[in-house]
Amino acid sequence: MEYFVQQLVNGLTLGSIYGLIAIGYTMVYGIIGMVNFAHGDIFMLGGFSALIVYLLLLSVFGGIPIALALFVMIIVAMLMTGLWNWVIEKMAYRPLRGSFRLAPLITAIGMSIALSNFIQVTQGPRNKPIPSMVSSVYEVFGISISLKQIIIVLVTAVLLTIFWYIVNHTPLGRAQRATEQDRKMAALLGIDVDKTISITFVMGAALAAVAGTMYLMYYGVIVFTDGFTPGVKAFTAAVLGGIGSLPGAVLGGIMIGLIESLWSAYFTIDYKDVATFSILAVVLIFKPSGILGRPEVEKV
Amino acid sequence: MANTTSTPVSADSNLTARALREGFYAGLISLGLFVLFVGLKTDQNILNELILVQRWGLLAIFVAVAAVGRFAMVAYIRPFMERQKVTNLVTGLLPDSVATRFFKLPVFIAAAVIGLGLMIFGGTISASISPTAGAYLSLIRGAAVVYTLASVFFYFRAYIVANFSMLAIIALILYPPVILALTGVQGSLKWVDNFGVQILIYVMLAWGLNIVVGLAGLLDLGYVAFYAVGAYSYALLSSYFGLSFWILLPLAGILAAFWGMILGFPVLRLKGDYLAIVTLAFGEIIRLVLINWTEVTKGTFGVSGIPKATLFGIKFDASKDGFAALMGLPMSSAYYKIFLFYLILALALLTAFVSIRLRRMPIGRAWEALREDEIACRSLGINTVTTKLTAFSIGAMFGGFAGSFFAVRQGFVSPESFVFLESAIILAIVVLGGMGSLVGIAVAAAVMIGGTELLREMSLLKQIFGEDFTPELYRMLLFGIAMIVVMVWKPRGFVGSREPTAFLRERKSVSGSFTKEGHG
Repeated sequence: MEYFVQQLVNGLTLGSIYGLIAIGYTMVYGIIGMVNFAHGDIFMLGGFSALIVYLLLLSVFGGIPIALALFVMIIVAMLMTGLWNWVIEKMAYRPLRGSFRLAPLITAIGMSIALSNFIQVTQGPRNKPIPSMVSSVYEVFGISISLKQIIIVLVTAVLLTIFWYIVNHTPLGRAQRATEQDRKMAALLGIDVDKTISITFVMGAALAAVAGTMYLMYYGVIVFTDGFTPGVKAFTAAVLGGIGSLPGAVLGGIMIGLIESLWSAYFTIDYKDVATFSILAVVLIFKPSGILGRPEVEKV
Repeated sequence: MANTTSTPVSADSNLTARALREGFYAGLISLGLFVLFVGLKTDQNILNELILVQRWGLLAIFVAVAAVGRFAMVAYIRPFMERQKVTNLVTGLLPDSVATRFFKLPVFIAAAVIGLGLMIFGGTISASISPTAGAYLSLIRGAAVVYTLASVFFYFRAYIVANFSMLAIIALILYPPVILALTGVQGSLKWVDNFGVQILIYVMLAWGLNIVVGLAGLLDLGYVAFYAVGAYSYALLSSYFGLSFWILLPLAGILAAFWGMILGFPVLRLKGDYLAIVTLAFGEIIRLVLINWTEVTKGTFGVSGIPKATLFGIKFDASKDGFAALMGLPMSSAYYKIFLFYLILALALLTAFVSIRLRRMPIGRAWEALREDEIACRSLGINTVTTKLTAFSIGAMFGGFAGSFFAVRQGFVSPESFVFLESAIILAIVVLGGMGSLVGIAVAAAVMIGGTELLREMSLLKQIFGEDFTPELYRMLLFGIAMIVVMVWKPRGFVGSREPTAFLRERKSVSGSFTKEGHG
């Protein structure tokens, strides 16, 4: 039983990271109906910004309180990836808005290849390990919970609350929801659609940057190819939860995290990704709109 | 009147001011983008700790390039493009196009003479000068040859466009002997294998995927799975049962088609992006199984020592009854490569022939109908289940053929060759070429794969940037950027027109934007 709960805790942590990435996929898909394949690499870029900021802080200030360092890392990584995604949207996706559906998908795949190789070229192809930043572990009823896991789950929860508030209770969120429902009508009612879409990209990237920072802190290592697998799994999470739905993305992320850690605990770890993808396939085949998604109504 | 005379001046100064401003912003944004990733580099010191290396000079170059580039774009290039669209007031003609200004007869003659001269005497000249100068010399030779060929294409463009398929097939058949004559037996290896065979494998894969994506409109992101099935069927069946290539080639195709059916069946109900993500998942599952099922597939080590193909029982080895000995030629692996070149050419042409013929058959028309409108298709009584499954399995079959060819060419297969990136590259070739257009896809494969392969040849770059500069490292970066640039520049692909198979009275090309991309 304790072993099981322990796996639940691990899965919840992993799932929080996937959930944060999945929100970026689901928001972009909701607002312009495009699969932003480069989002996983934006996540990786966020992790790398955090890594470089951490090293910079260490070399400039020497010993710095870890809480402050984490805070600075998150803020800089958010700004950094926000800027990147803003530029990417402007240069690679906006010219193709209104073009046929595959065109932005192809530029997104190209952007994903370009981003990961850009990091490979500029930062080198090796693993980048950092010494453990947070190492306290607490024992609660025989389950060991590390401070890292608490931080990850807390940060995710706080960000989700802020985010949920923005989307549901601010003029910006209203503009986003309006653009999502009907772009032309929203434009006629005076919403700056281009700006709203840009902000959506920046917000998604900022959340991915937080996920990247958490990933770096949790595993203590990052490499330029790290965007792909978490990216695909987060997309899987978004689809599983019902693409276009924010709570769905988080739910899907947590489910994927749980599936992964439980599968690794009770079956073979080699096939954990096979399990994730198989469950995705099964869910989509029986409920193509995902768990919380609205069924797509096709008008003739 | 006063107004009209003063406008150009003020417009000019406005333009410069705007260009300066935009250049400044571009520099500022690129500073923000690159400050962490280019300005600082994480590196490991002797103690294996990560340290930061500062590279502010490189960052300054990046920022300067962005700022100057943006300034030139706004101040000169855009106005120039605008002027190209305005007719001359006196003659009523459009200005000369950039191409007519670029390809001039005297320059063409000069380039042809230089290229030919360096081709013949280049070896003797570069032997007597320093390697740096030699590298520049080979660059000049390359540029001259490219310019000459481009001019020939430009002057005969009408003829070439009209007879492209025939000319291309003739050129491909003549390619190995011409290369043999130009570069000798050992020198031809690189050109036939790295360029010829490599490009043709991608042409074949892209034509196979085109059946699924371009004709039936089913977005498949896991096509590489069928390629892997073909490659592993040949590798495993030949090493466990010793069957020959010619038996296993069709078998690999059939097995891949079977897998296409198996994977196609559950996803029949899915559409668009859902279909894409599930096919991606299937592709990853097959790769993960290949990695982890070590008893059979030997995992990440891969299967090695795969037997070579034979030509009517003649082996390509150094033995007494090998190909070289029978033909009275000196032994060289180049002949095997040339044999492989013709083999993949034949396979690719078979793919093209089958997909052209299938398009005109009821099943091909059903595929295109499905792509255009699934609901209408079903209302007209077309069985969408069989239509989708045949598209999946026939596309997969060609992937399987290409896979078994890949295995026989490499002599080694491992799961590393079948990653998602390969699926993405193949899909990118299909879309960049113009979905449904076989010629466009072939051109896209040649440009994208040949272009990145060419980077390996750029020994000159080593001379400029120092010995530790490896152009190969930039291959995929440039590939990604090229995908974006081409897509933004020509969203409908290189060949923007399509030839409908059903027509009234006469066959006409229509714009690619009339065809739908399909939703599932």
